[in-house]
Amino acid sequence: MTTQAGVRVALKLYASLADYLPAPARRAHRLDLELPAGTTIADVIGQQGLPPAMCHLVLVNGVFVPPGERAVRALVAGDELAIWPPIGGG
Amino acid sequence: MAWQRKILRVNLTNGTCTPEPLNMEWAQDYLGQRGLATKYFCEEVDAKVDPLSPENKLIYATGPLTGTMASTGARYSVITKGPLTGAIACSNSGGYFGAELRFAGWDMIIFEGKSAQPVYLHIENGKTELLPADEIWGRSVWDTEAILKKKHQDPMIRVSSVGRAGEAQVLFAAIVNDLHRAAGRSGVGAVMGSKNLKAIAVRGTLGVGTIRNPAGFMQATVAAKKVLANHPVTGQGLPKFGTQVLMNVINEMGALPTRNHRDVQFEKAGRISAEAMHEPRPTDGKPNLVTNQACFGCTIACGRISKIDETHYTVLNRPEYWGASGGLEYEAAWALGAATGVGDLEALTFANFICNEDGIDPISFGATVGAAMELYDLGLIKEADVGFPLTFGSAEVLTRLAELTARGEGFGKEIGLGSKRLCAKHGRPELSMSVKGQEFPAYDSRGIQGMGLAYATSNRGACHLRGYTVASEVFGIPVKTDPLVTEGKPGLVKAFQDATAVFDSSGLCVFTTFAWTLADLQPQLAAACEGDWSMEKLALLGERIWNLERQFNNAAGFTGKDDNLPQRLMTEPAKTGPAKGLVSGLDKMLPEYYELRGWSKDGVPTPATLQRLGLPA
Ligand code: SF4
Repeated sequence: MTTQAGVRVALKLYASLADYLPAPARRAHRLDLELPAGTTIADVIGQQGLPPAMCHLVLVNGVFVPPGERAVRALVAGDELAIWPPIGGG
Repeated sequence: MAWQRKILRVNLTNGTCTPEPLNMEWAQDYLGQRGLATKYFCEEVDAKVDPLSPENKLIYATGPLTGTMASTGARYSVITKGPLTGAIACSNSGGYFGAELRFAGWDMIIFEGKSAQPVYLHIENGKTELLPADEIWGRSVWDTEAILKKKHQDPMIRVSSVGRAGEAQVLFAAIVNDLHRAAGRSGVGAVMGSKNLKAIAVRGTLGVGTIRNPAGFMQATVAAKKVLANHPVTGQGLPKFGTQVLMNVINEMGALPTRNHRDVQFEKAGRISAEAMHEPRPTDGKPNLVTNQACFGCTIACGRISKIDETHYTVLNRPEYWGASGGLEYEAAWALGAATGVGDLEALTFANFICNEDGIDPISFGATVGAAMELYDLGLIKEADVGFPLTFGSAEVLTRLAELTARGEGFGKEIGLGSKRLCAKHGRPELSMSVKGQEFPAYDSRGIQGMGLAYATSNRGACHLRGYTVASEVFGIPVKTDPLVTEGKPGLVKAFQDATAVFDSSGLCVFTTFAWTLADLQPQLAAACEGDWSMEKLALLGERIWNLERQFNNAAGFTGKDDNLPQRLMTEPAKTGPAKGLVSGLDKMLPEYYELRGWSKDGVPTPATLQRLGLPA
């Protein structure tokens, strides 16, 4: 996973998806990752074992990425990838 | 039928309680609750009335599905002219009180006049009486409920009351039922207090036996409950995390108004989020959240029940606050926390308990504290004026002000005026983050553009529950739209506003709309209520209610100029996050919105629009 030319990104998982983070990262809801260049959002979802149907709200740096773009959008250094299951509130 | 066809008219000046038949013609045009009570209110009250005078009226209204087997059939609304805004006020509450009122055989109670002495209304089915409130006046909502249950020797009595804040006519005082469910906004509690009306205690054993087609209704409600259960938001997300799940989302999107909207992201958002409420505390190993809770008949159960850490400074040696009680919902957590810069979850929970205990709206309270903190920061409020420094981020200041405001004491009296009057008093009216005098809820319209238009045009002043475009702009319900653009938002806002008006008039909870559309509500209404309840009729109904409220506000003196946002949101760009560099694009949306509504360019419904909706000119 870790390569010399890797890009550093943060994976943030919330609500019931937090259970998929390693225990020490759960409280902060954040895992720092170093990924090979070109790794897409869908790659990260797959590598972390997240059920794709649970990855409803996907934000990169706070901006929504539609489902169709997740397999092609490569993460770049400094990106913050935050994911929620289906949620609502008010 | 579904309606009980009975209204109770209570003249507080004369001390009389008079039953009268419900106007069934109006029920066909306005359904119930918000719509029907607004019709009654507009017919009976001069729009120019002083909200705190005896001439103002206060209507408690249920919908035809309140107290039925429909999911979320818990709701009632309080309709009056709001003292915080001077606009029509309609505050909606859940819990068990509304259903009980229906079980007692009543659709609505209209209070008029003012009692010479503090009184409460006692209802036991058809028996209604005004009784002296000597032993409960001056007491909190929590004490009031306990005293009335004991006095009437009936633990099943449901109580809706004002606390000391309503008595003191705090301009954002709430009416609270079942200890922690509230008709929270616009100061409906101050109107109740101004009438010397302390509480309504109701016991009903008649049930709602007036369903038009019971078998069809059973079928329709079962089908609709399945939709709620199978939807990930209403079936899993809301029960487990409540509305508070939004804290991290909205912060990540750069739309979390922070420190009186100076910033759009709060560095301590994670500490006051739904996730934090689930985490065991280092002090006692227990999480803040004890359980979720449902209102009457609700199969969603989004309510939060929390317990404060007994070693926290707010409750040290105060065992009366050690029990489990109403916990933080998103809007309250935002206002008490991000708006003031306070990141202490236990302090926020305590402030929320106080808001429930004595009935104040946590949104307007927290936002007004945020404004006061900015005025202090600018040197316009001095420590000597308050007795302590109003520093942004101080939990102690927040909790102290909560107690003072809820009891109408000390500097709490100034906070109790709301941010508009407070900021005007200190020469900086533009620092009040409000529309029509009512403070914003928890979404910054620079980062969620549709909400800017929803706030500006909301008939009860800034409000998220009048047109929740967040559902589309954030969650993708019914379709995902880009929160940073203004295109398409006028149509979205109008659609949400009209549909919400229907739900608010039915007796059901608007949170069902994360899974339901009007097409899920329609078969339930059609089976329960006599008359034509087609989709076309419902669409028209929502629009009619919206326009009726607008007409009241226009008659009260509001104009298109009041469909506005504070200067800060229009001229100071967001500093961080996806909306960095953006201001609200309200000016781009408003003309199109007026056009879609069939209003003149000054925001007045045209004669053709009124005629189409069957409203008098
Ligand atoms: S969804 Fe929540 S607020 Fe609405 S009725 Fe159910 S518990 Fe009450």
